[in-house]
Amino acid sequence: MSLVAPKSARRPLPGWVEIVILPLVNVALAFLVVGVIVHIIGVDSFQALKLLLVGALGSSEAIGYTLYYATNFIFTGLAVAIAFHAGLFNIGGEGQAYIGGLGCGLAVLAFDRYLPGPLLILLAVLAAAAFGAAWAAVPAWMQAWRGSHIVITTIMFNFVASALMVYLLSNVLRPQGSMSPQSRGFSEAASLPSMQAVLKSVGIAVAPSALNLAFALALLSAVAVWVFLWRTSWGYALRTMGHNAEAATYAGTNLRRMTMLAMCLSGALAAGVAVNELLGVHHRIVLDFPAGYGFAGIAVALMGRSHPFGIVLAALLFGALQQGGTELSFEIPAMTREMVVVIQGLVILFCGALAHLPRPWLQALVGRRS
Amino acid sequence: MQSLTAGAAAIELRDIDKSFGAVHAVRGVSLAVARGSITGLVGENGAGKSTLMSILYGLYRADAGQILIEGQAVDMASPRDAIAHGIGMVHQHFMLVDTFTVLENLVLGAEGGPLLARGMAAARAELMRLGREYGLSVDPDARVADLSVGEQQRVEILKVLFRGARMLILDEPSAVLTPQETDRLFEILRALRERGVTVVLITHKLREVMAVADRVVVMRQGEVVAERRTVDTNTDELAELMVGRKVRLDLDKGPPLQGESMLTARGLSLVDRRGVRLLDSIDLDLRAGEIVGIAGVSGNGQTELLQVLAGIRAPTAGRLEVCGRAVDPDHPIDPAEMRELGLAHVPEDRLRQGLVAAFEASETSILGYQDQPPYCRNHLLDAPAVGRHCAELMRRFDVRPQAPGLRSSHFSGGNQQKLILAREMSRLPKVLLVGQPTRGVDIGAIEFIHRELVKSRDAGCAILIVSVELEEILSLADRVLVMSGGRIVGEVSADQADERTLGRMMADA
Repeated sequence: MSLVAPKSARRPLPGWVEIVILPLVNVALAFLVVGVIVHIIGVDSFQALKLLLVGALGSSEAIGYTLYYATNFIFTGLAVAIAFHAGLFNIGGEGQAYIGGLGCGLAVLAFDRYLPGPLLILLAVLAAAAFGAAWAAVPAWMQAWRGSHIVITTIMFNFVASALMVYLLSNVLRPQGSMSPQSRGFSEAASLPSMQAVLKSVGIAVAPSALNLAFALALLSAVAVWVFLWRTSWGYALRTMGHNAEAATYAGTNLRRMTMLAMCLSGALAAGVAVNELLGVHHRIVLDFPAGYGFAGIAVALMGRSHPFGIVLAALLFGALQQGGTELSFEIPAMTREMVVVIQGLVILFCGALAHLPRPWLQALVGRRS
Repeated sequence: MQSLTAGAAAIELRDIDKSFGAVHAVRGVSLAVARGSITGLVGENGAGKSTLMSILYGLYRADAGQILIEGQAVDMASPRDAIAHGIGMVHQHFMLVDTFTVLENLVLGAEGGPLLARGMAAARAELMRLGREYGLSVDPDARVADLSVGEQQRVEILKVLFRGARMLILDEPSAVLTPQETDRLFEILRALRERGVTVVLITHKLREVMAVADRVVVMRQGEVVAERRTVDTNTDELAELMVGRKVRLDLDKGPPLQGESMLTARGLSLVDRRGVRLLDSIDLDLRAGEIVGIAGVSGNGQTELLQVLAGIRAPTAGRLEVCGRAVDPDHPIDPAEMRELGLAHVPEDRLRQGLVAAFEASETSILGYQDQPPYCRNHLLDAPAVGRHCAELMRRFDVRPQAPGLRSSHFSGGNQQKLILAREMSRLPKVLLVGQPTRGVDIGAIEFIHRELVKSRDAGCAILIVSVELEEILSLADRVLVMSGGRIVGEVSADQADERTLGRMMADA
């Protein structure tokens, strides 16, 4: 019989519309609603928007902070996306980043008196990835061999990670005589160079910010994830499993091993947050440094259509919202921290849950033109 | 075109036109169906017959044209309108709730009020009446899951009649039936005709149209190219009208070479976790240069047999030897290793196993071979090489459109099947397992696929074919094995096999 698409089938949009225009329209819609809400609480919408933009992009310092936040979003966005391509919903980025931080910190605490800087940092990054992967491997194993659902177990592992870290930081890693639940400071050798220092060495002067070389690592990871997914046979098998597990079995892919691989890579990517935060900024293991980035990664991956390039763009937007929102709450007292969260929430709503809302209009527009 | 003898035609379509984007699916079709007749609507995949019937049933809206039901122009905006005008449709894939009884399925959507008891009682009485009148007997309290496929189809027909249909559209009704069940279905259709019900049968099985229909309408590329009374035509003429050229389905293949044994099974058994015996002591020999056909009503272990032979499931007892490698419960194998041994597998369900709908055709063209050179070296895929490989497959197997970048789901069923066959046959396997080689594939492509399989055989490939189409098995196989209840219940050589004997063996045992 002829296979005629049913009425409701989504007609495909051209690639550039799908990846660039659709998300932009979504963001614009979100800001429209934000504008109305901001107006209702008695703040000038245009003033607020201006402050938001200037706060995020208005100076080299602002841009530095935007990119620093974006670094975290890139890592967790990639983590969610790679699992998603395998048909797995990893909600445990938060815990994997946290435990990745433990690995990263332990490596530095153990070796920072003996190893030179580059070697120490390499070791710390690898330890972060290994610990993050290990924390994701447990739920992966439980799903692959025992059939417990990964959504449930990864959520629970976030709580386990959090409790474990509180215990370790307040009872084991806290230096004697210190009152705060955090480890001792890392030695200078373990610091990732700040972007300011790197740019200065090539003669570009920028204001100091938290931005450090982890941003470059995040961009490299995005490229690596793209190559892995679309240019290796492992990535091919992983995507086959995600789209059609039966076809993957038919093709000879071991679904259990592939589940383990996908989740370990996902956990390792999430641990990038620890590299950015601990080696780049805090220089010690601190409490609660993942600060929700693991969860936000879901929205970043959704908005970026699970494509590394889209994820970098989405992460930049989220970074800008984070930085601009912080500035906004400094400048306008009525724009509290909570209002900033509302703005972020609306952007996530329009770009995630309602992402396909403008699709029919765009289809009509594109259809008329062609 | 109106048949004035029986008053207005039951169904009349005037100048129906429908496009989907750039595809002009139905081009100005006019058609009249007399009351109390059986009309066969035949045509290749994509000829527009399903689209036309979907328009009649209110699933699509025509871009232009008119629908007349018993002389009255009507507006079919939705299936609800169609049902109100007495049109019912029986789909190829049944729309029944497995865990409900026949009666419960019958009243679904027509419960007749918030309290079930009264509606159910009325439905029971109506069901009895329909059963008596049309010879459609089904136990009203049986669970649908426990019914045979043929009985389930009867429930579908009853559902439609229960809603007061006087015109019945059946979409590929015999695709899932055994020959005996098909005969039974045709008896029912004749009984319906006696009572004045109008039947339209969409199919690509010409023999069946010849057996049951009064009149045949042939569609090609969105147009009605011919209408014939069945008494005035034959299958050869219809096939030619459908395809637009002469079709030769009779294969003139020579005797098999029957070289050395490539695949041997001894006492092969498969018991699932609940203890159900899916395969029961299968003994099987497959030699180089022969085609062995497995006949049987679907669901009698053929699917599991293919899975075990392809390495997807491990046998729970017995022994299998493929190209010199022994497989038994203690020495399992996986599909990747099977491929390395030289075994290729065209799965029964191409959409669920054979391809990934969301992948580009070029990606589907290496499914299972993604680790092999030249597509892949050191685990890095060579995208241009994959594209070239796919283009080559498409050219050799005439896959249309020849677009390696197009999503696999956007190809028609026949072209998907050709792509999968091309993928599996291009590696020149020693053993080729083929499940349902031509399910849902149109007649032109069937001719092509059959010839390619025979070519492979003559080149020394050992081929095992599982098919629910007896005709196909009879024309392709050198030996036929019949499966029933997970066992091989008989073997017949090709020259002694006919549809009758096989059908009886399938049904008995």
